[in-house]
Amino acid sequence: MAITPPPQRIWWKEPIAKVELSWIIIAFVWGLVMFFMMIYWHGAGEQNLSNEAYKITPERFAEKSQAMIDEYTVREENYFPVVHPPAGSDVYLIARLWQWWPILELKKGETYRLHLSSLDWMHGFSLQPVNINVQVHPGYEMVVTIKPDQAGEFGIVCNEYCGLGHHLMVGKIYVVE
Amino acid sequence: MAKTTQFRTCPTTGLKVDLAAEKLIKANAVVAVVFLAIGGLFGLLVALTRWPAVHFLPADWFYLALTAHGFDVLLVWIIFFEMAVLYFASSVLLGCRLATPRWAWAGFALMLIGAVVTNIVVLQGQSSVMFTSYVPMKAEPGFYLGIILFAVGALIGCFVFFGTLVVARQEKTYQGSVPLVTFGAITAAIIAVFTIASGAIILIPTLLWSVGLVSHIDPLVYKTIWWAMGHSSQQINVSAHVAVWYAIAAMVLGARPISEKVSRMAFLMYILFLQLASAHHMLVEPGFSSEWKIFNTSYAMYLAVLGSMIHGMTVPGSIEAAQRARGLTKGLFEWLRKAPWGNPAFAGMFMSLVFFGFIGGISGVVMGTEQINLIMHNTLYVPGHFHGTVVAGTTLAFMAITYLLVPLIFRRELMFRKLAQWQPYLFGIGVAGISVFMMGAGTLGVSRRHWDMTFADAQLPFDYPSAAFLMMGLNGIFAILASLGGILFIVIVVGSVFFGKKLAEDEKPSYPEMPPAAAAVAEHGSAGTLKIPGTVMLVGIFFVAFVLYYFVNWKYLSEVWPLS
Repeated sequence: MAITPPPQRIWWKEPIAKVELSWIIIAFVWGLVMFFMMIYWHGAGEQNLSNEAYKITPERFAEKSQAMIDEYTVREENYFPVVHPPAGSDVYLIARLWQWWPILELKKGETYRLHLSSLDWMHGFSLQPVNINVQVHPGYEMVVTIKPDQAGEFGIVCNEYCGLGHHLMVGKIYVVE
Repeated sequence: MAKTTQFRTCPTTGLKVDLAAEKLIKANAVVAVVFLAIGGLFGLLVALTRWPAVHFLPADWFYLALTAHGFDVLLVWIIFFEMAVLYFASSVLLGCRLATPRWAWAGFALMLIGAVVTNIVVLQGQSSVMFTSYVPMKAEPGFYLGIILFAVGALIGCFVFFGTLVVARQEKTYQGSVPLVTFGAITAAIIAVFTIASGAIILIPTLLWSVGLVSHIDPLVYKTIWWAMGHSSQQINVSAHVAVWYAIAAMVLGARPISEKVSRMAFLMYILFLQLASAHHMLVEPGFSSEWKIFNTSYAMYLAVLGSMIHGMTVPGSIEAAQRARGLTKGLFEWLRKAPWGNPAFAGMFMSLVFFGFIGGISGVVMGTEQINLIMHNTLYVPGHFHGTVVAGTTLAFMAITYLLVPLIFRRELMFRKLAQWQPYLFGIGVAGISVFMMGAGTLGVSRRHWDMTFADAQLPFDYPSAAFLMMGLNGIFAILASLGGILFIVIVVGSVFFGKKLAEDEKPSYPEMPPAAAAVAEHGSAGTLKIPGTVMLVGIFFVAFVLYYFVNWKYLSEVWPLS
């Protein structure tokens, strides 16, 4: 029994039953399939998270974001600037207690280099209802190239707990035709 | 030895039980159950708050309750119980005196003090930082101090366990190799040492930071090392509850492992590869290469998953072999239909096995896939997954073996037997529901650790789909079921331990049924004649579910915005 020492002292020489061996081989091969699937997707798939990231101070990130906001703000909404940067450009999104700043307006089918960083605590970028989720750290600037392929209004929920106002932290991205 | 050790002989199993070890097992198990009750209560409050129609707690209390829930059940209940499992698997199964019981008591005291300190600090309200306490969010120093004390206590427990193994070897209390269950416990203890070391590396500086002696802790470094503790500690649970599965199968059905070699290899894979799992939490963070993520998140080509898949066959396989040897040979499933489903130890163990594989296991692998993590990270899918592993898997297995510990170690007859029969089903189905509906809500994008999914007070509006609200309502209902199961467990166990009929020294308990050791299925069928067609069918169903679900999620991923 499993609660007593093995009856055969040389248990490591017992043969393995065929049915067990077959399952081990199937499970092992399945593991390889899942392993190579991730590598395959880097070539064939369209959804791969970039590994481009830089160390940055909150002040510097706020400065760069402000420069974009000053240049491309098209209107205001609920005291948030709505920024419409040119297609293909560098776009900045600030995460801070408890806002995603500013509101972005992007064009469908165009690519943007989205820079994400936090000015204070850790936050979670959760684009809804698309359901893309990326962690946002203070002190690190992550650059993700995104290509919105649907038009409409999208919410950005914070999905990393960031204190008492966590559930108030909602941002917005417009995608226009 | 200066002191003589006192033993008694167990009338049911014939095992020699060191009375010092027995006391420690009792103490650890009792404290574990107390914290299960406290942590479970916090869990119920959390679930009731996330039920949109009820929305029970105010925001500050919700985040406080969630912090306490994570700490009390994920860490305190499980590790205390694991200490009991370690002492049982070493001292009792090897018929050996426990090495240095005094140190074991010191470890126990440290764990208890640590757990109480952290609970008090959390309840004071200034440390609602979640169990993960990601910097630069800061808790009171006592929060970290309590966890560190708790971990040091657990480390002492691990070394008492290792010491007992050495003593058993030297005093030749057993022949040949250690039993498989002890081997599984060794796996758990080795992973525990790695886990606690990681915890010390990150929590000690964090404690110094919270009192102002260290100026800065990098959030990315913190998170990586914290999860070397946080996720590896879940692998302690996996090793421990798999060992418990084998133990229950042996004690209730006299099942023998189909192959010692295969089962031990599977445990070895845990030791070698499970530690890489910190990466599961870093898949959408800045600053890691894809190569690092792919290698680590897959435990080096899924070798630790392979270990679990092997146990997934060998545990039910050994049960089937034992049942068939008893003559239950009709068709594919007579062995399973006529299994002792009224025995709470067996019922809990088998449900734990099925839910851990189908719910916790599959979802974990899928979520831990580098790219698929993008559509799940930090949504409710994550707690959905780990309630499938840690609650439906570990907690249910630990509850199941408690039904054997009460008569065998506490030497009390189990009370409320009718209720005990129902308890595993109520708790198991409740938890399975919690897991599935949280995963459903997560697939719809609902954030974890979030007080208000309606965003009523937010500056900008956002609405989750109405199906997500339905999911959270169902989650609440199943949380109530699970809580009823939890309350029953505590009533039955606490009632029996304090008020159950005392068993005389050589009296066998009348319930749950355990066959006398001699009736254990003597030798398993030799390799060539082993017949476990029912298990093959079950494993086949599992595999098909796994493959389908895996590719369905790639399909979901392919539909989101292209990003690179």
